[in-house]
Amino acid sequence: MNQVIRNVGFLLLSSSLLVGCGNTASKDTDSKETAPSSETEQANKLDKEAKAYKEFASEQLDQFVIETEAFVGAVKAGDVEKAKELYAPARMYFERSEPIAESFGDLDPRIDARLADVKEEGQGEEEWSGYHKIEKGLWVDGTTKGYEAVADQLLKDVKELRAKVETVEVTPDLMITGAVDLLNEVSTSKITGEEEIYSHTDLYDFKANVEGAEKIFEIFKPTLQEKDAELAKTLEENFGTLNELLAKYEDGKGGYVSYETLTKEDTKALSEAVDHLGEPLSQMAIVVE
Amino acid sequence: MSNQEEKSILQKEVSRRDVLKFAGIGGAGVILGASGLTGALTAFGANPFIDDDQTAVNKVKFYGKHQSGILTKNPEHVYFVALNCIAKSKKELKELFQLWTNYSAQLMNGQLVEPYTANKLLPTADTGEAEGLDASHLTLTFGVGPSLFEKKELGLQHMKPKELADLPHFPKDQLDPNYVGGDICIQACADDPQVAFHAVRNLVRAARGKVTMSWSQTGFNSYEVKNKKKLTPRNLFAFKDGTGNPNVDNEKEMNEVVWVQPGESKSWLTGGTYLVARRIQMHLETWDRTALSAQEATFGRHRDTGAPLGKKGEFDDVGLDRKENDQPVIPVNSHLHLARQVKDRILRRSFSYSDGINPTTGAFDAGLLFISFQKHPKQFINIQNSFGRVDKLNEYITHRGSALFACFPGVKKGSYLGAELFG
Repeated sequence: MNQVIRNVGFLLLSSSLLVGCGNTASKDTDSKETAPSSETEQANKLDKEAKAYKEFASEQLDQFVIETEAFVGAVKAGDVEKAKELYAPARMYFERSEPIAESFGDLDPRIDARLADVKEEGQGEEEWSGYHKIEKGLWVDGTTKGYEAVADQLLKDVKELRAKVETVEVTPDLMITGAVDLLNEVSTSKITGEEEIYSHTDLYDFKANVEGAEKIFEIFKPTLQEKDAELAKTLEENFGTLNELLAKYEDGKGGYVSYETLTKEDTKALSEAVDHLGEPLSQMAIVVE
Repeated sequence: MSNQEEKSILQKEVSRRDVLKFAGIGGAGVILGASGLTGALTAFGANPFIDDDQTAVNKVKFYGKHQSGILTKNPEHVYFVALNCIAKSKKELKELFQLWTNYSAQLMNGQLVEPYTANKLLPTADTGEAEGLDASHLTLTFGVGPSLFEKKELGLQHMKPKELADLPHFPKDQLDPNYVGGDICIQACADDPQVAFHAVRNLVRAARGKVTMSWSQTGFNSYEVKNKKKLTPRNLFAFKDGTGNPNVDNEKEMNEVVWVQPGESKSWLTGGTYLVARRIQMHLETWDRTALSAQEATFGRHRDTGAPLGKKGEFDDVGLDRKENDQPVIPVNSHLHLARQVKDRILRRSFSYSDGINPTTGAFDAGLLFISFQKHPKQFINIQNSFGRVDKLNEYITHRGSALFACFPGVKKGSYLGAELFG
């Protein structure tokens, strides 16, 4: 059943895109007609890619549950050092699959809101929950005391997120938009160091966002190569450039240096590399044509 | 049908995709990708030639012997940007200028850089904010800085004219590294600031991965109109700026002052010119508490008419030797006196700017984006050196930004910007 609905979704999508400047009325009629076989083929092909992406996101979030369990365990055991160590790597699984996690308007903020986001909503600190709240406890207060309940709730929310992923309908649109959004996330909050204001582990999120976008590109790559080999090549190169640049900040222990150690020139170079990648990445949408 | 749709159908005949389809290149995909840069570059040869559209409203011609935006009169708004080149080869850079050629012709026709496509999952090729606006006398002027020729990967070292070097340090210069130099410059002028910005934005967007932005400056000019004629604009010190300019309608004079003649420099620059850009901070607060007589003595001109001191009309002969009570009428330390002491001439085409508040002083950050064109940088250098430490105007201004660019000659129909350099 699910499969059928998804296929119909694709037909709707692809036919309306191919109509060009047709008006809304004709779009409706088009969608009722049988699409030409090449389009069906295309839709089926992308269906496979959507499935591949859902598998990836599910695996990431499986791992996110496991890592969060360990993190929450450390918090509840009062082990500040251990919790600090587990914090950033655990979050990477979430950051990689953010296009999916974001589908749940309530869960995403409960897990990942920054204090600034909460305040922007007109709420107070008491309504703040999730990873960043514990981040403040660990890095600012140097304690886990008083954060046990937050940790319990976090694990509950993360598990709920994992369970809900099964209901997400992954479409090429979600993937294409998601890949660009992941880079936009980097441009607007990671580059400025506003994501991890206490731990300064922004480069972990940065890297994970890029990996999340790259995964989507990898999945689309065979189709993209057929449609525009040059674009596929450009994207490969630009991902390579950005990853090389990021590798300069590895700490030699499998992680990244504190974002505070980066100079203005460093962050500018990173920002420019993201923009150079983002522009061609936004052209990936030709895979639906 | 909305305007937008209508437009995209009309433009369809010049769409890159269609041309390639008809040409049978690569079938449905290879080059058609609309991948902005890459696709278009590969396709330049097959790209339709985009001509000047003589029916476009408020249009300045793109093609010609010289680039636009140099002799073009009465510019109102400017968006000037200096770029760093990160292209990895001369070929890449050449392809960028080929793409910019087509985009510039489109922009100066008041058109989108490329038509919109039907696929709404794609961002549009043109950013769209100039839609519905006419060409607004948009001019685009491209130049290259000395640092471009030092990039080994481009292999242009031997093409560098010897006079294309960073401007020397002048007395009282206090340059801010954030406003110095650049490998490439684009000067976009238009009647409408949004049209000028849109042009630069789209040119830079199409060049991502080939250039990064180094610095930029906006500016403006306003003109008093008398008998339907625009008069010399006033700078933020309220003095007329550009009175002494050579006559842009006089070809002989322009060939003497502005255009590089055959044999005068590297051959690729014949028909081109040098652009000097200086970001000059004007200390409005101190100026505003200076007596009018002292202001006039500083410039050597009357503020209201623009006439040389003791004269009636703006364009009256300066008469540097005139004396009154044994004192020169035009003070020897005035801006006018020092400028006229030198025989060199330049074509000034400056703009005022206001950029918010200086955080350290709480004063206006405002001044002049000085732009001048000359066939050899020494024309500007000689004049600036004459001002030296003596110029009374120095008390009220500080030079903060500086750059020199060699501007290509104009583009022949069917050719591209910088063809003589990159070809």
